[in-house]
Amino acid sequence: MSSTTNYILGVYDDEDEVLHAVSEVKSKGIKIEDVFTPFPIHGLDRAVGHERTRLPIAAFLFGVLGLTCALSLISYTMVFDWPMIIGGKDFFALPNWIPVSFEGTVLFTAFGLVITFCISNNLYPGNQPDILDLRITDDKFVMAINVDKNKKVSADDIKKALKDSGAIEVNVK
Amino acid sequence: MSHVVSPIREKLVTGGKSYSDVTHDICKQVEGEPTKEWKWAFGISTLVFIYGAYCLFYTWWQGIGVWGLNKTVGWAWDITNFVWWVGIGHAGTLISAVLLLFRQKWRTSINRSAEAMTIFAVLCAASFILAHMGRPWLAHWALPLPNAFGSLWVNFNSPLVWDVFAISTYLSVSLLFWYMGLVPDLATIRDRATTKGRKFWYGLFSLGWTGSSKTWARYEYMSLILAGISTPLVLSVHTIVSMDFATSVIPGWHTTIFPPYFVAGAIFSGFAMVQTLLLITRVVFKLEDYITIEHIEMMNIVITVTGSVVGIAYLTEFFIAWYSGVEYESYAFINRATGPYWWAYWMMMTCNVISPQLFWSKAIRTNLMVSFFLSIVVNVGMWFERFVIIVTSLHRDYLPSSWAMFSPTMYDIGDYIFSFGLFFTLFFLFAKYLPVVNMAEVKSVMKGVSSNFPEKKKATKKTEE
Repeated sequence: MSSTTNYILGVYDDEDEVLHAVSEVKSKGIKIEDVFTPFPIHGLDRAVGHERTRLPIAAFLFGVLGLTCALSLISYTMVFDWPMIIGGKDFFALPNWIPVSFEGTVLFTAFGLVITFCISNNLYPGNQPDILDLRITDDKFVMAINVDKNKKVSADDIKKALKDSGAIEVNVK
Repeated sequence: MSHVVSPIREKLVTGGKSYSDVTHDICKQVEGEPTKEWKWAFGISTLVFIYGAYCLFYTWWQGIGVWGLNKTVGWAWDITNFVWWVGIGHAGTLISAVLLLFRQKWRTSINRSAEAMTIFAVLCAASFILAHMGRPWLAHWALPLPNAFGSLWVNFNSPLVWDVFAISTYLSVSLLFWYMGLVPDLATIRDRATTKGRKFWYGLFSLGWTGSSKTWARYEYMSLILAGISTPLVLSVHTIVSMDFATSVIPGWHTTIFPPYFVAGAIFSGFAMVQTLLLITRVVFKLEDYITIEHIEMMNIVITVTGSVVGIAYLTEFFIAWYSGVEYESYAFINRATGPYWWAYWMMMTCNVISPQLFWSKAIRTNLMVSFFLSIVVNVGMWFERFVIIVTSLHRDYLPSSWAMFSPTMYDIGDYIFSFGLFFTLFFLFAKYLPVVNMAEVKSVMKGVSSNFPEKKKATKKTEE
């Protein structure tokens, strides 16, 4: 978020209250940019209007990729490149390959998932975010409303709506 | 409502804490000067680490001939220590992943330190794997890398190669899970930072966390998936460790019961180690309101359950040795209990099978001193379990002329001491520089379960409506 944007911030101090407030503010035709909280609140993202994340799909695809890579590596080395008779077993000894293929699947899923998560949320080392309120990571729940995206509602009405919905403070940033 | 909690549940966080109290209590030791106790503890563990590092260096330099191994007993303390540390590590993943899937909210105040313990324990285990190779600088030969021999690849049919993949995946995935859990809390410290150094370092590692609802929603999914894949991962790791033995042809090792028996043993010893560390941490950092008697009791219950599973496994092994009618197998087990290593066997039986049964009494399992003592007893017992499995199965070879005993040298002992030095040095560093309790998760389970949590808000809300 660039610092040139104008935000009106409603500060709440209770998780259930902010969840309530989201629908209350939205019902007045005000578009909410986002809500910032110190811990996850179930249902808050849907209330704000974010779409359901597709991370599980990404995780599944990374898992498939990991399994494919592991099985390809094992069969290339054990069957095609340098087949060796080990204990009279088949070269293509699939049951013996389960452990390593499983570990490969888990490894790719975990790293793929976390990297996707970081990219989709713009998280990287050295990122200096524009923090709206330092108390967000402590004990306050902050509803951010972008003034430029709410042309139809006046700033005073937004402030009033936030106050009415239970905000303990209304700040402008 | 975000949480529906039965009124008969014990409070997870006591002392009427508010959200900012949690932040304050947990960040306090990160932000303050190190205490005198911490300095002493850290100093001693560093000295132990240095002494151990010398012994390990000497082992690497001279080769494993400095250990007490002989041609009959080719695996002894090295693999005993390896299996012991890996087993201890399992509790962290169990607590953070399995208890997350089962929605056990009491995990929130202990999962951070348990996961840290996992990572440090796996590092200790890895030090023995490297050392027991004899030529640790060739450790990469265990990986399927193209090489100048052909390329001659590793044997993917071998449990030892499975182990390489299992342990390295386990270490990296645990590290990832732990670090992602830390990010929101690092952001808390970043936002409270008063010094430049703290602002920079915690800012760097908190990756620009803002706490937006969208990020949190994705974060929850990510944690759930990581927990979902870590659960079979942790089970696979000790299963594969047990297969190092179970796929061999040594009487006393090649039993099909090994995978579940090893996994239960791993949870058992890991929970005991978490218990030991938590009982110290809660007193040193004054976290009695977060790590309550309830937590200690829960841990003790898990210890009793897994201890009983382990006890049944010991008896089953004995029964099957007799029932199979295989004389080598029968001999291996009778020799364990009555042979020259009888003391190790009975040490294991007493510590692992009998002592956890004391926790059936509520007075005992809620007593801190007894819990602390028994948690150490359990880990002594679990060390002897691995020693008994490894050494007593090997020391009576097929030919009586090859029969031998094992006696450790100062380097066997020194390398074991190294792992303690490494473990505690890392743990004390973690306890000082990172939040030992997952603040975000604890805050998320406080409402409705924390005593005296301001209820007035909800009441006024209702009257307004």
